[in-house]
Parts: sequence; structure tokens; C-alpha cells
Amino acid sequence: MANKKSLREEFTKGIVKENPVLRLVLGTCPTLATTTSMESAIGMGVSAAIVLVCSNIVISALRKVIPQKVRIPCYIVVIASFVTIVQLLVKAFVPTLDQQLGVYLPLIVVNCIILGRAEAFAGKNGVLASAVDGLGMGIGFTCALIVMSAIRELLGAGSLLGHELLPIPPMTIFILAPGGFFVFGIVMALANKLAEAGGGKKAELGGCKACPMASSCEKLANGGCEKSAESDEKDKEAVK
Amino acid sequence: MKIFFSILLTAILTNNYILSKFLGICPFLGVSKKLNTAVGMSAAVIFVMLLSSAVTYPLNTFLDKHGLGYLQTIVFILVIAALVQLVEIVLKKYIPALYASLGIYLPLITTNCAVLGVTILNIDNGYSFSHAMINSLGAGLGFMVAMVMFAGVRSRLESCQVPKFLQGLPITLVAASLTSLSFLGFTGLVENMFA
Repeated sequence: MANKKSLREEFTKGIVKENPVLRLVLGTCPTLATTTSMESAIGMGVSAAIVLVCSNIVISALRKVIPQKVRIPCYIVVIASFVTIVQLLVKAFVPTLDQQLGVYLPLIVVNCIILGRAEAFAGKNGVLASAVDGLGMGIGFTCALIVMSAIRELLGAGSLLGHELLPIPPMTIFILAPGGFFVFGIVMALANKLAEAGGGKKAELGGCKACPMASSCEKLANGGCEKSAESDEKDKEAVK
Repeated sequence: MKIFFSILLTAILTNNYILSKFLGICPFLGVSKKLNTAVGMSAAVIFVMLLSSAVTYPLNTFLDKHGLGYLQTIVFILVIAALVQLVEIVLKKYIPALYASLGIYLPLITTNCAVLGVTILNIDNGYSFSHAMINSLGAGLGFMVAMVMFAGVRSRLESCQVPKFLQGLPITLVAASLTSLSFLGFTGLVENMFA
């Protein structure tokens, strides 16, 4: 299935059309937490991309060996191993980055992008295609982080990558938590606007489709978590 | 005693896991549309947070003792995943009433970064076991406070006229920004209270 053209498509879809952050709304926690400065955003993006590519390769190579029923725990072990490798490397060679990212570095394990790609792509496709898919998604994630962090660092600290740029006094609020939510909202609105102009769809929380647990979750049949919670309430009332 | 309250209030108010540490944003945006789902989800989170902290804390001491500290991430995520499955099975079998209200949220929690986050932060902050448990309780309660407040904000938002390009997620994020802004007001509160 892997001819040249489709490989290019696998690569570019992660950057624009299916950008994990702005189109699929995955990995929101690191997006908000590590974009206070461009440096940590790039560090986070690159670390996650490395884990994504490596785990995609291994999972797709093992896809015929891993039993269907226990595949999620298997994926988690593979991902956690690569996260540990990246974590140890960062600690050894870029200790300042390790301090900046703090707890968010080990938390790459639960980044929905990685488990989501393993489940949606690497578990079903060949090694080369999965590697390219992981690389595209990783670059898309990094790009979104860079855009967010550029806005936040420029407005919040008046600098970019640590270089003083803006002569006006910085608005610290953009580096704090509320600024993160705000910039993310505005960037997403812009992305929606652009997607609309290009004939695409609005970004929405993928709900069950984006949830890595979807396949092992019986609620999907009842219309998703929210709906099944509602119907559960109704059932309980009916019993009363 | 003072330090218990200080840790608890810090985790709930000043260092709220959702609104200032950005842990657990997915359920925050995904399951906060209705008040009762928000409460159910947060109750399940509190439960799992306490349980997994209680299990991972001694495990970490064991790993450290044998020079296996680098296995922390792998062991923690596997323990949490296994624990959640186990709790689900036990609840389903023995306490069906509780399962009916909490059970449906349990599978979602396995990959919730707030749970793994709290277990790792307990270790990173060098808490003792009792402090770690208090911190987990505070983190869970803080999660609940943020979820419940935000469910209220969102129900108001639904009846508002929003510019077209902001509809949906963007306006939700801006609303989250304002909610988070209100929590900034607590900065310094805990330190001064116990000074």
C-alpha cells in the first residue's frame, strides 16, 4: 500500500489537515502547559515527536504479534519505555530543559496523540507508513506548540527564544494559566476560520473517536460517554 | 496539622490541577457540559487518585531501594491502568449501586494525565506518605471544584449568542481562561493564612 504519493499524504496530513492539536484537539495538556516559552515548547514538541515516531515503528512492527485483546496495555508499555528513554536522555544532556518541562516530560506517556496514533494508525499499517505518519503528526504537534509559544512569549515576556524584542512592558498574564487558555482559544478560532475558507470542518472534541480507549469501551454503542451517562440517569430514575 | 491544611488548600485553590497546572484538560473540556456528569467524573477521579497514590507511593520507595528509579514512569502507568480495571471489576460485582454512578467514568480515567501527574508530583515534591495522600485528596477536590464551576459557566454559555468563528471549542477555551483568571485571585492566600 505504501507507494510514494500516499506516503507524502501520510506525512502532510499530520501537519495541516489533521493537525493533532488544532484540528483533532488531542494533547491539550502539554499544549497549554509547555508553551510559556518557545524553548520549552520546542523541547516538548521534539521529545513527543521522537516518542511518537519510535513507538509507531515498534507497534506497527509488532502488530501481528500483539494479541488483539491486550493491545492497549502493550501499547502503553512500548510508549512508556520510549518516554523513559527520552526522559533519561534529556536529564543527561539538556538538564535545563528537564527543569522547564518538569512533570510534563514523563506525562508524555498519557499524551492522547501518541496512544491515539498507535490505536488508529500504527496498529493497522506497515512500518514505513507508520513512521511517516508519526513524523508528520510529531511535526504538526511541534508547529502548533511553536505558534502558541511565540504568541505567549512575545506578549507575556516581550521576547522570543530568550531574546528581548518588544520595547513595551510585557503582559505577564499571557504566560500565566489564563493566558494559555485564551491564546489557545483564539488560535483555534483562527484555525477554524482558515479551515472554513479551505472547505474543511470545524475543530471539535473528537469525543469517542479520538479517545484511545474507544475500542475497549462499551459506551460507544450507546452513543458516547455523555449520552450513556444521561441514559444511565434515566434508567436510575425509572427504577425509582 | 497546619501543614495538612496548607497542602490541601494549595492543591485545591492556588495550584488547582486543571486551572493552573493544566492536568486533566481533556475531561475538563469533554465531560463538563452537564452538572451531574461533571460531579460523577470528578468523584471517580478523586477515588482513583487516592487509591493510586496509596499504591504507587510505597512502590516507588521499593523501586528506589533497589536502584530501579528509572522504571518509575512505566510502573506507575501500568499500576494505574491495572488498578482502574480491577476497581471496575470489583465495583461491578460487589457494589453495583456505586458502579452505576462511577463505573462509566473509570475507563476514561486510565489515560487521564491528572492521575499520573499527581502520583509523580507526590514523589517529586518529596512528600511523606500522609502528605502525599492529603495532596492527592486536594488535587481531586480541586478537580471537582473546577469541573463543577465550569459546568455552571458552560450552561450559561449555551444560551449566549457567540460570534460564528468563536462557536464551539474556542469560546469554551476563552471561558476556561476567565475561570482560571478567577483562581489567580487565590495567589498568596494559603501562604498568608498560615504565616
